[in-house]
Amino acid sequence: MKALLDDSLKFYQTALNLQAQRQEMLASNIANADTPNYKARDIDFKGALQGVLGRTDPGSQRAPLALAQTARGHLGNPDVLPFAAHIGFRRELQSSVDGNTVNMDVERAAFAENSIHYEASVTFINGLLQGMQRAIAGQ
Amino acid sequence: MSMFNVMTIAGTALSAQSVRLNTTASNMANADSVVDSDGQPYRAKQVVFAATPVAGPGAQGVRVTEIVESAAPLRLAYDPANPAADDQGYVAMPNVDVVEEMVNMISASRSYQNNTEIMNTAKTLLQRTLAIGQQ
Repeated sequence: MKALLDDSLKFYQTALNLQAQRQEMLASNIANADTPNYKARDIDFKGALQGVLGRTDPGSQRAPLALAQTARGHLGNPDVLPFAAHIGFRRELQSSVDGNTVNMDVERAAFAENSIHYEASVTFINGLLQGMQRAIAGQ
Repeated sequence: MSMFNVMTIAGTALSAQSVRLNTTASNMANADSVVDSDGQPYRAKQVVFAATPVAGPGAQGVRVTEIVESAAPLRLAYDPANPAADDQGYVAMPNVDVVEEMVNMISASRSYQNNTEIMNTAKTLLQRTLAIGQQ
C-alpha cells in the first residue's frame, strides 16, 4: 500500500514539475514576443515525462533520459535539464522580418492548456490524499 | 521552483515593455522639439530587446540592452520666421513618426497586458499548489 501511494504520488509530482517547467518555457516565449531573432521553444510533454520517469517511449527510438547513478556521489547536472532532448523549436506559422518565431495565439493557447493540466494534476494529488485519508479514518 | 520563475520572466517582460512605453511617450512628447539638450533637433529613440537567461536553462527573460536613436532623416519644415531656420528658411524638425509611435505604444501595452495575465495565472497555480492536502 505504501509503495502504491509512493508510486502514484511520484508520478504526479514528476508530471507537476514538468508542467511547471513547460509553463516557464511558455512564459519565456510570451515575454520574448517582441525580441528580435528569438525562437519559440516548447517541450514534447509525452516524451519528456516518460524520459524523466525512466521509461522508454514505445513510439520513439530514444533511450530513457535518466542517467544511471551507480555511486552515491553522483549528482545530476543542474545546467542541463533532465528532458533537454525533448525540447524543440516551434515551427513557424507566419514569418516576421525580425526573425522572431513567437506566435502569440499559439503561445497563449498552449499556456492556458498547460495551466489546466497543471490544475488537473493538483486535483489528482488532492483526490489521492483524500482517498487515503478516508481509508485511514475508516469511513 | 519553476512557477516562481514564471513570475520573474513575466516581471522582466513587464519592465522591458514599460521602458518601451516610456521611450514612446518621450518620442511623442518631443515630436516638435526643435532643440534637444545638446542643441540639435530631438531624434526618435527606440529600445533594443534581447532574451536573457533568468534562472536555469529553460527560463528566458527579456531585457533592454540599449536605447538607439532613429537613423531616419530629420523632417524639414519651411518656417523662415523661426529663429532656428537655416539660410533657405527650413527648420530641421525631429524625425519622430507619430503614427509609428502610436502603433508601437499599442503593441507595447498589449504585450504588457499579456504578461500581467501570465503573472495572474502563475499566481493562481501557485495558490492551488499551496493548498495541496488541505480540505
